[in-house]
Amino acid sequence: MSHEPAKRVEVTSPRTTTGRPRRVVVTEEIDAQTALGEIYLRSLMRSQLRLAVGTLGLLAVTLGGLPLLFAMAPETRRWELLGVPFPWVALGLLVYPALILAGWWYVWQAERTEARFAELAGE
Amino acid sequence: MNPTYGAIAVALVAVATVAVGAFGLRISRTTSDFYVASRSVGPVLNASAIGGEYLSAASYLGAAGLILAFGADMLWYPVGWTAGYLVLLVLVAAPLRRCGAYTIPDFAEIRLESTQARQFATILVILIGWLYLLPQFQGAGLTLRTVTGAPLWVGEVGVALVVLVNVLSGGMRSITFVQAFQYWLKLTALLVPVAFLLLAWRGDGAPIPTGEWTLPLDGATDHELYRTYSLILATFLGTMGLPHVLVRFYTNPDGRAARRTTLLVLALLGMFYILPAIYGVLGRVYASDLIAEGRTDAVVLELPARILGGTAGDLLGALLAAGAFAAFMSTSSGLAVSVAGVLSQDVLGGRLAGVAGFRVATVVAVTVPLLLALAAQQLPVANSVALAFAVAASTLCPLLVLGIWWPRLTDAGAIAGMVAGGITSGIAVMVTIVDSDRAGWVGALLSQPAAWTVPLGFVVMIGVSLATPHRMAPGVIRTMVRLHTPEQLDLDRGTWHPERST
Repeated sequence: MSHEPAKRVEVTSPRTTTGRPRRVVVTEEIDAQTALGEIYLRSLMRSQLRLAVGTLGLLAVTLGGLPLLFAMAPETRRWELLGVPFPWVALGLLVYPALILAGWWYVWQAERTEARFAELAGE
Repeated sequence: MNPTYGAIAVALVAVATVAVGAFGLRISRTTSDFYVASRSVGPVLNASAIGGEYLSAASYLGAAGLILAFGADMLWYPVGWTAGYLVLLVLVAAPLRRCGAYTIPDFAEIRLESTQARQFATILVILIGWLYLLPQFQGAGLTLRTVTGAPLWVGEVGVALVVLVNVLSGGMRSITFVQAFQYWLKLTALLVPVAFLLLAWRGDGAPIPTGEWTLPLDGATDHELYRTYSLILATFLGTMGLPHVLVRFYTNPDGRAARRTTLLVLALLGMFYILPAIYGVLGRVYASDLIAEGRTDAVVLELPARILGGTAGDLLGALLAAGAFAAFMSTSSGLAVSVAGVLSQDVLGGRLAGVAGFRVATVVAVTVPLLLALAAQQLPVANSVALAFAVAASTLCPLLVLGIWWPRLTDAGAIAGMVAGGITSGIAVMVTIVDSDRAGWVGALLSQPAAWTVPLGFVVMIGVSLATPHRMAPGVIRTMVRLHTPEQLDLDRGTWHPERST
């Protein structure tokens, strides 16, 4: 393996004579609908949407997978938990705390995303 | 069942409802009430109110009846009605509150900047509202017949009259406290008897139903897997499109509170929906003759008399009847107010203004579904409600979801999607209501249409929007700022306000 000679780097002093770039105020950029403002807005929307789709995907795979499981492996319908058939335990009882837990997790994450955005924009 | 106790219980609920309605006369019914309420109503009270309005005849009577008749597959009804709030939570709760829309037509107008899109949303809200009111009235007829032996029409007309008087004399809508009370009344009315029933059942040696009935996908109906997934789609996605659900989100002070309230609603519904399955299973043991009689919706009301008998059975039966009537009243009143509000604003508007317009609209809003209830055949209450969910999921769900998350949705796309989803699911519903006994694939596709009409609504909305990019709302970025950014940020969110729109 051969080494290329290191590239020469030009070193210059900072341009102190011109004014410093204007500080970006995110809320102003969003209000003025600049390209930058739109990027901020879209990144907020995208992370919230990703969170929503993730939560719904989890719901689809777990809860939504049950009918398919019952159809593909009919013996699972006869499984028992403490003497009660598995479908009844899952759909009659366990599904409710699971839904609440999923909702709680979503709210926690969504609020975190918003807090980060507010911190970014509130400067 | 002793008719006297039952009649007294039902009468008490009716009188109490009207009395509170009359009290509400002194509280004005404008959107500002919601602003006022938003400052004083805590999330628990607000969530209870949403639960109180949401738990209808289908939840209270219908789910247990279907479980009695068809077993494990029917557990998906209560599961779907709860999971619908999780979908609502993650996709629409906070943005919808931030939007400031008071009704779904308001949302269509703000987001798409199109009066035409608003009009199509209006028609759908009215149709879905009527479709949902129909089983409420039928359930009331059934309850009164079970409790007192009166003919079906007596309960149907009776509950329609009480709702009419109630809404005309001030409406229940603005009184969050009453709806909140209704939730706890319904929960108590199902929970207390279940404790006694389970004790008596254990005394009997705890018999449990056996056989194919306990298994999901047991081959009792054709195309079960398709029907199950279609039902899941309808209930999970239809909840957000129900006319009386959205308006309550307005009482939250901001988007963050809307999320937290929805989470509480999820918890309250989860507590409630464990109960119908217990009634269904006990019904299978003690009241399976109701299946042959086609009266499975009465199982919740009849169990105390059958298991306990005597005065205890009569009193608990009366409590259950009272809870059932509370369910019809609160849901019907909420729906009647929502439909009447949309009717008076968007249909009568201009011709009859203000309170007079609202009153005329209320009479129309209640009379049409009452006539339908008197004319239509008796479908199981929960089935009939599921049809309303299917239409909402095929039309207003794509409108809300794409409207909130996809800036490229155009008014032309939204209208085309609402028409495509609405006409297909609407035809399926009409055929099913007129003639529910079709077998084979046609029957399955028509009686559970959501699995094909929901994707159709989404695909048409997206396709036509992509074909009409020039019709994108000019202010869509500003609207997206309004929908998605936290309120504490000082941003320009546009000027739309529900009380200034026409």
